Amino acid sequence: MKAGSNLEKVFTQGHFAVTGELGPPRGASVEVIEKKAGYLRGVVDSINVTDNQTSVVRMSSVAVCKLLVDMGLEPNLQMVCRDRNRIAMQSDLLGAYALGIRNVLCLSGDHNRFGDHPQSKNVFDVDSMQLISIVKKLRDEGKMLSGQELEGVPKFFIGAAANPFGDPFEFRVTRLAKKIDAGADFIQTQCIYNMEKFRKYMHIAHEEGLTEKCYIMAGITPLKSVGMARYMANFVPGLDVPDYYINRLKGVDKKKQADEGIKIAVEQIQEVREIPGVKGIHLMAIEWEHKVPEILQAAGLLPRPSVN
Amino acid sequence: MVVAERKPIEEILAMVADFKKVLLVGCKGCVTVCCAGGTKEVGILGSALRIARKKQGNPLEVVEHTLERQCDPEYVDQLAPMLAGNGFDAVLSMACSVGPQFIAKKYTIPVYPMLNTTFIGGALEHGVWAEFCQSCGNCIIHNFGGLCPIARCSKSLMNGPCGGSANKKCEVSPEIDCIWHLIYDRMVELGQLEKLRPVFPIKDWSTSRDGGPRKIVREDLKL
Repeated sequence: MKAGSNLEKVFTQGHFAVTGELGPPRGASVEVIEKKAGYLRGVVDSINVTDNQTSVVRMSSVAVCKLLVDMGLEPNLQMVCRDRNRIAMQSDLLGAYALGIRNVLCLSGDHNRFGDHPQSKNVFDVDSMQLISIVKKLRDEGKMLSGQELEGVPKFFIGAAANPFGDPFEFRVTRLAKKIDAGADFIQTQCIYNMEKFRKYMHIAHEEGLTEKCYIMAGITPLKSVGMARYMANFVPGLDVPDYYINRLKGVDKKKQADEGIKIAVEQIQEVREIPGVKGIHLMAIEWEHKVPEILQAAGLLPRPSVN
Repeated sequence: MVVAERKPIEEILAMVADFKKVLLVGCKGCVTVCCAGGTKEVGILGSALRIARKKQGNPLEVVEHTLERQCDPEYVDQLAPMLAGNGFDAVLSMACSVGPQFIAKKYTIPVYPMLNTTFIGGALEHGVWAEFCQSCGNCIIHNFGGLCPIARCSKSLMNGPCGGSANKKCEVSPEIDCIWHLIYDRMVELGQLEKLRPVFPIKDWSTSRDGGPRKIVREDLKL
């Protein structure tokens, strides 16, 4: 065991893992977090807390993770390279561990030009790959990047993201391999809609032995409506939504699109479970947390295993 | 070269609103090459200012002059006779931002920048310039097929394209090439793709602006 988090235990004991996601509020409301967390309680193994996603200012992911810890839930701290230099990163990581946070997901971060403060200065002192190596150094060497010995070592379970649908496709598995080399213990992928391409990606990863070196979780985001499907297809860079899903949602009555979206998500979960090397799913129900129990129930992933 | 572009005329007119007589100084260096602040652009801006102020019924006298360079004291010194007792209210510099600072250092007169100094780059075609260097002070482009991910990747990523790379374009704008896609293509072309496989180590930014304002001292050249 590297960190002993619930998520790590679920993996090491051979279970198919499920993580959820909680987007912090654009304000200081604890109630919003309690409400969203309530839907995820008992149905996921760990909850990703996004770090100012889409570069929109939201409550600190470290603070929200701590609130989840206090609620008896296991958070997965997302940390992006956009807003912090290596000093702030290491400092926040040490603080996060002291607050009981055991999982961390290292990301580059959406560019600040997209968000609500496009006039801001960005940081990008290190990239996501290098951030992974920082967390690993803290954990495995007990040292800061500077070489300074730590007083108290943060034992994080280290995560990274992968987008099998970004270009150039041929380099995507190499990126995955690099992240594993840098120290990633688990991978959460971008939302998968193009199953054929994902199978191809996983096949290469499996052939290269990468699926033995880390736990790969397939990203699933239920489509709430045909409008959302179109938006994901046309406006989210690096996402690949085949026309098949758009046509399928278009084919049902507007009131039934949400149900159809859930049906699609359940099918996708079943499909990814069949792919060699997929060890879990990361369910990103964007502003749809209350549907998570229903989706997971239908997918046969409840109850969640109790691990010690 | 240093690439710059002229400030909007409205901004310049606001800067000079209270003045009656100004010295407009161009530069024959980089800003002449990028068509922002050479003799020709000095002439165009000088005329534009005179016409605009004449229309307002508040004429502005603009004396035009272009120096060999504004980033060398020996040329900036040449302004001394012009600025001595000629009643100028201000100097308007059409150099990159080094020029106005050199003039301000030498003369006790308000100096205004007429250009926005934009980047270190080159011409892609006639009338189009792009950024190629962020002057990080420690060139690493040979690791990336001769292309710079620090200046040309929106996130300065050193280990490959982020998840937002699509159809060879950057997630920030379809106008921006994904430099990582270009690096990938170039390494394939060179038969050196395996060089991108190791994790590229964390960069030392102390040679960059992050280490404080920089200075180069060449003892062999000092007089």
